[in-house]
Amino acid sequence: MPATLTKEPPAAYAATSGSPAFFPREHTHSISGPVLTQTTPAREKDRFYIVVVGHVDHGKSTFVGRLLHDTDSLPHGKIEQVKKACAAENMDFEYAFLLDALLEEQEQNITIDTTRILFNTGKRDYAIIDAPGHREFLKNMVTGAASASAAFLLIDSREGVQDQSRRHALLLSLLGVKQLIVLVNKMDLSDYSEERFNGIVTEYTAFLSTLGLQPNHFIPITARHGENIANRGDNMPWWQGPTVIEALDSFTNTAALDDKPLRLPLQDVYRWDARRIFAGRIESGRIKPGDKIVFSPGNKAATVKTIENWNGPLLESAGTGESVGITLAEQIFVERGAVASPAENIPYITQTISARIFWLGREPLRQQRTYKIRLTTQETSCIITRIERVIDSATLESISSAEGHTLQINRHEVADITIRTHKPIVFDSHDNISPLGRFVITDNQQIAGGGILLVNDADGQKNDSHLHPTTGKVDRRARESRNGHPGAVIWLTGLSGSGKSTIAAELERQLFDLGRQVYWIDGDNLRLGLNSDLGFSEEDRQENIRRAGEIARHFADAGTILIISLISPSLASRNSVRDRVDRGRFIEVFVNAPLDVCALRDPKGLYAKAKTGEIQNFTGISAPYEIPTTPELELRTDQLSVGDCVAKILDRVNAITRTGDDWVSI
Amino acid sequence: MDHLTQLEQQSIFIFREAYHYFTKIAMPWSMGKDSNVLIWLARKAFYGKIPFPLLHIDTTFEFPEMYQFRDWAKEYHSIDLIVRVNEDAIARGVNYDTHDPVTVTHELKTVALQQAITEHKWQALITGIRRDEDSTRAKERYFSPRNADFEWDYKDQPPEFWNQFTSRVGPGEHIRVQPLLDWTELDIWLYIRRENIPIPGLYFSREGKRFRSLGCWPITHPVPSKARTVDDIIEELRHTKTSERAGRAQDHHERNAMQKLRAKGFM
Repeated sequence: MPATLTKEPPAAYAATSGSPAFFPREHTHSISGPVLTQTTPAREKDRFYIVVVGHVDHGKSTFVGRLLHDTDSLPHGKIEQVKKACAAENMDFEYAFLLDALLEEQEQNITIDTTRILFNTGKRDYAIIDAPGHREFLKNMVTGAASASAAFLLIDSREGVQDQSRRHALLLSLLGVKQLIVLVNKMDLSDYSEERFNGIVTEYTAFLSTLGLQPNHFIPITARHGENIANRGDNMPWWQGPTVIEALDSFTNTAALDDKPLRLPLQDVYRWDARRIFAGRIESGRIKPGDKIVFSPGNKAATVKTIENWNGPLLESAGTGESVGITLAEQIFVERGAVASPAENIPYITQTISARIFWLGREPLRQQRTYKIRLTTQETSCIITRIERVIDSATLESISSAEGHTLQINRHEVADITIRTHKPIVFDSHDNISPLGRFVITDNQQIAGGGILLVNDADGQKNDSHLHPTTGKVDRRARESRNGHPGAVIWLTGLSGSGKSTIAAELERQLFDLGRQVYWIDGDNLRLGLNSDLGFSEEDRQENIRRAGEIARHFADAGTILIISLISPSLASRNSVRDRVDRGRFIEVFVNAPLDVCALRDPKGLYAKAKTGEIQNFTGISAPYEIPTTPELELRTDQLSVGDCVAKILDRVNAITRTGDDWVSI
Repeated sequence: MDHLTQLEQQSIFIFREAYHYFTKIAMPWSMGKDSNVLIWLARKAFYGKIPFPLLHIDTTFEFPEMYQFRDWAKEYHSIDLIVRVNEDAIARGVNYDTHDPVTVTHELKTVALQQAITEHKWQALITGIRRDEDSTRAKERYFSPRNADFEWDYKDQPPEFWNQFTSRVGPGEHIRVQPLLDWTELDIWLYIRRENIPIPGLYFSREGKRFRSLGCWPITHPVPSKARTVDDIIEELRHTKTSERAGRAQDHHERNAMQKLRAKGFM
């Protein structure tokens, strides 16, 4: 307790008279004149986050303590303070104690959580996330490592590569940390042996390559004595490579997402006043007023009207990492989870996910149980349909194959699984746009695991380790050569009653008469057979189109011209079929007649039933139809005859011409 | 994107996530520099409006200038302000003449906070703590759960990565949402300068001293400083090697005082 206490604060700090100068700039002016520096010094511009991982007792905390010491980044008196504390507790001073600030940590001699420790090398600012290696604290390591741009992985020169050296490397690869420095520590205890160092380099390099990881550097160090950290020392004259600081300063911050297509997942919609502000963070790409965007799932198109700002002018553009709020020129209904993208480059959409995950939950992850997944701001319940294999994170081998199928994933295990989501999930490949290619699994609203989607950008299919495309001895070129024409998909989309079937029937007849291999599939026929298990929910409609698209693709591959007539109201679904068919062979025909014309025609009496509510989710009446944005053809059937329509399609089909060895659309 | 903008944009993201996940939410406001930066960020996140109440835990030992600032800023930012005093403790005569600073801080701040949370049934509190202030705060998450007894189980915290946060709140529990966690003291001042954010005048040097951190006047001491402008402060911080909370007596009252206070619910 202070010896004496006055009842009032010291006079010098009592209320000043007059109006309070609360604005710092006003304050500046009133006291010492305008001395504001407008430019922020360069060293504030760039902060580089690194993580330190490795097997327990391989020297992570000591390394970090030494790094701080050797870059003169410790607060004044800190070392003395810790040394004093050590003396009081009758312990030898360790550099690691600088970080182990909590009493409990010092007692257990292990680090409890990730902490961010700042230091500066003269080139730039760094923040170390001191990730602990103790197995119990894996979730803390993940928490730290997930935000790092580069990693240090420590290996004790005497013990060499241990389980956690491998496990942590696997996690780094899962978390997307690509820049890696391997530190072979405690070289003093291996007599500074170059041979020992090289042996570890060889062994570990081989392991890391199976994960797709290529360390940027291996460096022999003695953290305790500060050898090859900032200074070289005299004990390893054979080491000609960089010191830790030199290697670190050679790294670049990875932020190339600005050049990727726009991905803006909505966080919320604010309506405090007349504005409807759609808020979210740009995960990739850029946005500016006037941009045409499409929200997935649902494919609602809109135009960016403004990028809002408080206490400043509206923004002219915004890029990756910015938390923006936009208004739209159109009145559309979209909510949290919808992802805005350019109309010409929309993300994938799926309800079946193949993923490699790491599990951190207290309870094991169980097959057939329901969880939730979150991918950016999307959240949906899901069921673990199958645990494909559990991977031994130390050897990368499947550990389930021997004793049959595994039904659960235990804490700290890594596994490949298949998930079925309740709502469609919008995503990109992790390699291409990583924030859209990774997700977490929550159990009772707590994060219990994370994973990356296994997709391949080249074909947009899931990259399933058990399935491999098989090819026969007759390829498409041979079939097309015999037929004398290419295979193709003519996709007729439009409202019920717009004339799709009428046109399709006539088109099939004419192509057949011209000697083409041709077949027509009608949407109603699909629903009566192959797709008779599907209803008209959003989910089922997507599956309906997906199956139709797969059939169409096979027909085209078989050298046939397939005509398919389907309402297919979803832009995303049609586009995903387009993506699956070879370039130039997908002819999207928008069979367009105004709704009132279609309703008047009403060949099947459906509009009448939809209007009374007897049929629900009826496109055009109680469900949306998304107009094609880039159809190969648009046919106004209220203005053109059936013959004219067919002639236009035939022209388009004939425009797929043989050039050299292949057929191309011209 | 420069470093300050990066911090700002991440904080805005966290504000919006908190507002999405929790319907009953409040933001404690000490009127200090960090909590004024919080107000600023909230107004940026929500385009002028702060869509939740602010809470001032009034220990009755605030500097007079702080009360003056509070009344001014409440109008300036259109704040929906709740003021809370632990009247019971005041009635029992808890003060710095009769009790040690750890006890008084616990009673007048933490207990008052608990009373307010219980009364308003808040699921989440947005706080202005930063990792660099104290080693125990370094262990925090953006979304840190507190149990029904307001305890923080820092040894077994849920993981947090890829900007996905714990949103589970059981009966009586709440989440501390901490948008400034990654900011440093220097970042705060650089941002105050960049945005010209209103702050109390006590941070600036008078008679060769200034406050670097503000709390109850009997246990908060000014540090020697000639810094009379934000620029001066920034320059001073670039070279300082003393800790920010050096002038806060309750931290140094006994070994691990801060850890003990925080384990019981202190921010």
